[in-house]
Formats: sequence, structure tokens, C-alpha cells
Amino acid sequence: MRAVLAKASLVRHRARTMLAILGVAIAAAMLLDMVMLATGMRESFRQLLLTRGFQLRLSPKGTLPFDTDATIGDVAGVMSTLRRNSDIREISPVLGGSIHIAVGGRDVSASILGIDPKVQGDYEVLSGNDVTAANAIVVNARLLGELRSKIGDTISVSTGYDPQTRSYSGQRALVVTGTVRFIYGASDQSAAAVRRETLQEMNAQLPTRAGDRASLFMIRVRDSANVEATRHWIESQLPNVSALSIATAIAQVDQRLSYFRQLSLILGAVSLFVGFLLVTTLVTVSVNERAGEIAVLRAIGVSRSHVIEQIVVEGVFISLLGAIIGLALGLATARYLNSILSAFPGLPMAIDFFLFQPRAAWSALGLLIASGIGAGVYPAFRAASLPIAETLRKEAIA
Amino acid sequence: MSESPIISLRDVRRDYALGAERVHALQGVSLDVVRGDYVAIVGPSGCGKSTLLNLIGVIDQPTSGTVTIDGKRVDDMSDREATQFRLRNIGFVFQRFYLMPILSALENVALPMAEAGVPKDERVKRATGLLTYVWLGNRQRHRPSEMSGGEQQRVAIARALANQPKLLLADEPTGELDAKTGTEIIALFQRLNNDGTTIVVVTHDEELASAARRKIHMRDGRVVDG
Repeated sequence: MRAVLAKASLVRHRARTMLAILGVAIAAAMLLDMVMLATGMRESFRQLLLTRGFQLRLSPKGTLPFDTDATIGDVAGVMSTLRRNSDIREISPVLGGSIHIAVGGRDVSASILGIDPKVQGDYEVLSGNDVTAANAIVVNARLLGELRSKIGDTISVSTGYDPQTRSYSGQRALVVTGTVRFIYGASDQSAAAVRRETLQEMNAQLPTRAGDRASLFMIRVRDSANVEATRHWIESQLPNVSALSIATAIAQVDQRLSYFRQLSLILGAVSLFVGFLLVTTLVTVSVNERAGEIAVLRAIGVSRSHVIEQIVVEGVFISLLGAIIGLALGLATARYLNSILSAFPGLPMAIDFFLFQPRAAWSALGLLIASGIGAGVYPAFRAASLPIAETLRKEAIA
Repeated sequence: MSESPIISLRDVRRDYALGAERVHALQGVSLDVVRGDYVAIVGPSGCGKSTLLNLIGVIDQPTSGTVTIDGKRVDDMSDREATQFRLRNIGFVFQRFYLMPILSALENVALPMAEAGVPKDERVKRATGLLTYVWLGNRQRHRPSEMSGGEQQRVAIARALANQPKLLLADEPTGELDAKTGTEIIALFQRLNNDGTTIVVVTHDEELASAARRKIHMRDGRVVDG
């Protein structure tokens, strides 16, 4: 009967109830988006790092992977050292750089990775074949479009270009064998990959980049291994490298995004508070209007606790319905905003700003329902505490 | 009619604050009402009629004095005890009907029964019977907004009788009704009293007061006659 009465009082002012539900839905959508934003980038980054199962990354001492042009020399020596550790299962050295290709009298530049196709974790092949031959190159769709080429075409690729003399160095003819999607690539980035030996050979003509070098080593450890212990071991054995585990990478991301996350949480809390105030206001107004009715309910023997329950149910109903609509609204707006933010230059395409995590969504929903209960409690206690005789007397005078 | 008092008030006073002033609404009222009686409390506005009815109905507490209903002291009951007492023993009828607008006549009548924990089937059966008793057997599914003032007041009377109370209290039950409809309510009260219900009614309506077996006159917070 309490639920029936609660529903009845909400249905009585349909337009007002609908507006309140809409208001709560907007607050809920905002809250959900802020929760998704606060945790989304971090979680998305973690998932991105774990995509190919490499738990450790080695970069030149004091740098983050691909943060600078610095490289690690003597790749064979580093590999030999790393293989001494039985916990290390797989090592994927990656050499980064840039390439230039002359297309119809203009220079097209792109980033390039020199990899070992057997253990690479930087891209997935979309069509054609991987770089199994020394003269093979795979490119992403953007670069393929810029080159106006197709799989099977031979292109002349250089690792050096002088814009003043328009001359190329480190040139080599390579066959496009496939198109790929770079996992860590930005949407506006033209990129390609060749075997690391191929890129080293092309770099051999450039005095500053010559030699057996890698920009990054990606390492898979055994499932039973302690990643942090392995990281410490590597740093002790290779003093010229920084070893980054997923946990340390995330800690660094956390540090960089801390203000951003705090801002999201503050905005989320504001949304929650606005929703709370909205429900409190609506239920209080509704209770004030029904003071006489509530006094009569109490007079005919309806208990204080049942009056409280009825009014709290009203608050919960508004919050619950608002939260459900807000959930859908929040997901839609998050998707839209994500598509805008993900298109920002230089950001990996795979990074999601708004990541839907069921646990976070249920937490937001739970918080809203709790705030709905809280919002109903004050007017409910107020209504249940009305002096019956006094209220009826005032109503009669009114 | 049995002679044992169902209502007994002894030296009851009720003061309350009105701004900076202290109003003495009741000034030492002593009164007995026997079981099965039909009492009309009359007097000018502000003489304390409604205050007296509120104390008998256990929705207010006296400043001093004792109120005993059906052999039970009710003047010092806790809110929980008073609520339970009202639910089981007292039926209220108000001037403004105060029906739940979104509920049907049947649901309005069944409301106190639901509160008392009466099973649904039993509630529907009893509510149907009560609506038939107040000549509204054919209006069970109608909402208050679809009914006349007289019909609404009859639904309110049926609601007041829902838990078979020992006492029916009515505060100006004909106050918002025209003369013809008021006469119907008076007839209904007489019928209820003839069937054994003890009734106390506060009214300015001479016709309603005359229909009662006993008339209590009040003035300035005191019983002056009756």
C-alpha cells in the first residue's frame, strides 16, 4: 500500500515528477560520465599496455618509451643479458624512427618501427602479409592513402631527408606487403613497420643512428614470475636502461592525470549533490502540499514509520528512474564525447577517455539511489513529525 | 445501550502557544460518554470543541488531566501506542473528507485495514460491505474526483468504520455539504448509532446536533451544559 500511495502522489503531479526525473537523469548522466572519465583513461591505458601481454618495457635511462629519440645500443648484448634470467620468456626489441617517401614531387613523412615480426607487439595485420622479407614494409591505412599505393607496390623509402636540397639518404626500395593497425598509434599518425635489421641497414648511412640499436625492448615474463622482481633485476644488470612495469607505468599515468581525475570526481560529486537537492526539494514541496492528507493518515492510524517509508519510496522512485534514464543518457554522451576526444592529434586511438566499467556504473547507480533515500529522509521525518491536531487545525483555517 | 463509560475525561486542560500568548483552549473539562451513545458537542467557534474531540481521538495530549477511552488511559501514551490505539479503536470523519485522490473508493476504505494487517481478500470483502452500507455499493471503483461531496463524505465514513472502531468521531461532517446532502449524512449517523456505534460529533449544524441523543454545550473551554 505504501508503494501505491507513493506512486499515487507522484502521478498526481505528472509534469513536475517528469521534470524532476529528467533533472535527476541529467545529474546521473553527468555523474556516470565523470566516473567513467575519472577511471576510464587509467583503465584504458592499462588495457592498452596489456593488449599483447608484455609486462615490462625497457627504454634508455631516464626516459619513457618513445618520449625522446634516444636509443639503447648493443641490442645483441642486452638480449644476451636478458636471456640469462629464466623468468623472461620473450623479448621484442623495437627501433623507432621516421621515414620519407617522395610522392608526385612532394615529401610524405611517417613514423616507422623496426621490429622482429615473430615477437612484435606493436600492430596487428589487417590485410596482406607481415614483414617476413628484408625488403617488406607494412603501412597503416592513412599512410597507404597518402602514398596512393596498394599492397604489392614497391616504394622508395628513405630514413633521411634534407628539405633545403630536397635530397634523400638511407634510401631503399621496399614492397608494401600489408596494411596494419598500430596499437599505440594516434588517429592522425602515418606509420609503417619493417624488420629491425632493415631499418638498421637504412640507418647505417646516417652516422648518428648507425649500429645495433633499439628504442625500446618489450618483455614478456612467465606467468609465475614476479614482475617487479624481474624489473629490479634488469635495472641492476643494465644500468643504462629504465625498466617500466605496467604498475609503474600506471603510477606515472596516475601522477600525470591526478588533477584531471580530481576535477572529474569533484564534478561528479557536484552532480550527485544537485540530484540530491532536486529530489529533496521536490519531495519537500510535495509533502508540504499534502500536510493535511498526511495528518489524516496519521489520525486514522497510519504509523510514523509507514509515512516515512512512503515518502522515502517517492524519493527512491524518482532517483531510480532518473538513474536508469541517466545511465542510457550518460553512455550516449560518453560515446559522443569519446569520439571527439579520441580524435585529438597525437593520442593513441586505442585510448578511451570514457570507459564503461560495470562496477563503476553500478557504484554510480548505487550512490544515486542512496542519495534518493537520503533526499527522502528529511521531508519524510518532517512529515511524520507533524503534530496531527495542529496540522488539521491549520488546514481547516486555510 | 450499556451504561459503562467509553469516554471519561477528568479535569482536562489544554493550553497552547499562539505567538507570544498562551491560549487556554480547555479549562478543566470533565465528561463521561457511555457506550452506544450519540453525542453532539456544540458551541461558538473557538470554544474548544475541536480541541476536546482531538483529545478524545488521541491525536493530541492534554496539558493536564486524564483521558480514558474504553478503560485505557490515553493521555500519556507514546506516539506508537497512540497510533495503534487510533487504528484499532477510533474512526475519524473530517469536514474536508481527506480521501486519497488517486485511490478508488474501495482502496480508500481498505487503507486503514491494510495498515492493520488485514489480508487483501478480507480487506476487499469488508470494504465492499462498508461501501454498500453507506449506499455506495455501485461506486467502488470511482475516485474521489468523480464523486459528489456527499458521496465523498460517505466514503470517508466507511473508511472510519474500516477497522470496526469502538468510537466514531466526526468534526463538522456536514460543514462542506449542502442541506440535502447533509441530511443524508445525518441519517447515516443515526443508522450507525442504532446499529451500536458510539458517536461523538462536533458541529455547528443544528439539524445534526438535534439528531444526537445528547448535546454538550461548550463555552470558553468549559462544558456549560450537557
